Amino acid sequence: MKKHLNTLFVTTQGAYLAKDGETVAVRIEGETALRVPLHTLESIVCFGNVGCSPFLMGSCGQRNVGLSFLSEQGRFLARVHGPVTGNVLLRREQYRRADDLDFSAAVATACVLGKVVNSRTVLLRALRDHGDKIDAQVVQESINRLGAAARRLQEGLSLAEIRGVEGDGARTYFSAFDHLIVRDKANFFMHRRSRRPPLDRINCLLSFVYTLLLHDIRSALETVGLDPAVGYLHRDRPGRAGLALDLMEEFRPMADRLVVSLVNLAQLRCDDFVCSDGGGVRMSDTARKTVLVAYQKRKQEEMTHPFVEEKMTIGLFFHMQALLFARYLRDELDGYPPVIWR
Amino acid sequence: MHESTDRHCDDHSPLEVKLYDEDDLIMISSLQHYLFCTRQCALIYLEQQWLENRFTAEGRVLHERVHTSGRESRRKLRIEYDVPIRSLQLGVAGRADIVEFHRQDNGLWQPFPVEYKRGRPKKDDTDRVQLCAQALCLEEMLECAVPEGALYYGEKKRRTSVIFDASLREKTAQTAAAVHALLTEAKTPPPHYDKRCESCSLLALCLPTVATRKQVGRYLRKMVEL
Ligand code: SF4
Repeated sequence: MKKHLNTLFVTTQGAYLAKDGETVAVRIEGETALRVPLHTLESIVCFGNVGCSPFLMGSCGQRNVGLSFLSEQGRFLARVHGPVTGNVLLRREQYRRADDLDFSAAVATACVLGKVVNSRTVLLRALRDHGDKIDAQVVQESINRLGAAARRLQEGLSLAEIRGVEGDGARTYFSAFDHLIVRDKANFFMHRRSRRPPLDRINCLLSFVYTLLLHDIRSALETVGLDPAVGYLHRDRPGRAGLALDLMEEFRPMADRLVVSLVNLAQLRCDDFVCSDGGGVRMSDTARKTVLVAYQKRKQEEMTHPFVEEKMTIGLFFHMQALLFARYLRDELDGYPPVIWR
Repeated sequence: MHESTDRHCDDHSPLEVKLYDEDDLIMISSLQHYLFCTRQCALIYLEQQWLENRFTAEGRVLHERVHTSGRESRRKLRIEYDVPIRSLQLGVAGRADIVEFHRQDNGLWQPFPVEYKRGRPKKDDTDRVQLCAQALCLEEMLECAVPEGALYYGEKKRRTSVIFDASLREKTAQTAAAVHALLTEAKTPPPHYDKRCESCSLLALCLPTVATRKQVGRYLRKMVEL
């Protein structure tokens, strides 16, 4: 099995990354603060004002080390793309199939099915773990509706219908989501999903974790030679990572669970967030670091991949899904198997 | 002799040899990958997939060392490192790690390719075919015969001499033609699982044990039984 490699997150403002032999040197105020061998890295994510030498960028591109630049708050800014461009034939197939509405619907079904079933599992676990503390009836109601949505998806729906099921499912799920938070309800709550800007702490956390997830999935797709921009459920829209968003659906519930446990285990406090006068909520540096560490740790956990039936780290799941998708495009598989957590 | 004169295959040559276009040359290293596993060859040269593992990293460090110096010269022996070579007849291009030029009694310099290999000598022909391809390139470029070369195995610290006889030449030409056919057809062959896979640097990408077709439908039905 491919080894799980690390992600280097650089959050120190003013830091500069340079290639030093076979390592990445992180320089802070002219001093080398850290050196990481390149071959141990899967990706590098820079937050805010972090610089990077062109030679390091080149090496990252050449060796498929994802290199992304995000704003301090985690908004995507740019990505470095190396000279290795993957298989143009595979990408042509990806594009061709995106014009095929039946194929697109099949992919969309698989992605939404993964999301719906996994969302349902999140709620089921919450019910099992905190059934006494939460409004079990509301949660159970959502579980039932998500179950119905999953059955509906097996009926061979059109793209528009699939999108409808996805939307209903998300609404149902997030309407129950607030009940999963059992600590400090005065400060941690979620009444509805908001993104631009996030209007409460939970939404702020979710957005941030989704950004990390999207970065990883996008890197995995590029490594395999797929174009993250051309999706099936998410149709083309300039600037949008359609395929990365498609494959992200099945992983969102995992990210949600991470957020819930960070809050329920009191790893984040209410003053880890800054509320702006406009109503938007931002994270403090410490909160961001806490989330990054928790995310990294989660990626290092091992699980059996349900389709491949091999044990691997969760970090490798992204890569595996990208590989399986490429196989589907090459007709080596008869469908796309989303990761379904049982 | 190593004074490369600009020349083209003349149209009057008795044997009609098909020459490849420079744009269509394949990497010499692809021959070796093809002989190891056709799928591996397609994954690398068609899908442009490459996974750096410990072995390839070590190989690269070794090569980087070999490639640092350019040329060494003594009275009877001159050595060139990292020499760009190609053959339009085979349709291959690449670099030779080392080409030694041995001075002969008649004053001519005889080219003698040497390829460095990590690890130990292999039972199969892959390394010999790769070296032979280099020899054929040198023959074509320098217009001379290259009857012999050597493989140097890092683990054994030993040189093995390789004679480029008719059967090795034939096998090299056939392999080059087969790689061209594979890349022209542009279809990645399906995986097959056997003991080679364990030492394959692309194992994690190729997933030879992951079941293929007709599995996903069943998987989905099983996973969403609510
Ligand atoms: S893992 Fe096996 S089948 Fe796949 S490329 Fe390597 S040797 Fe070939």
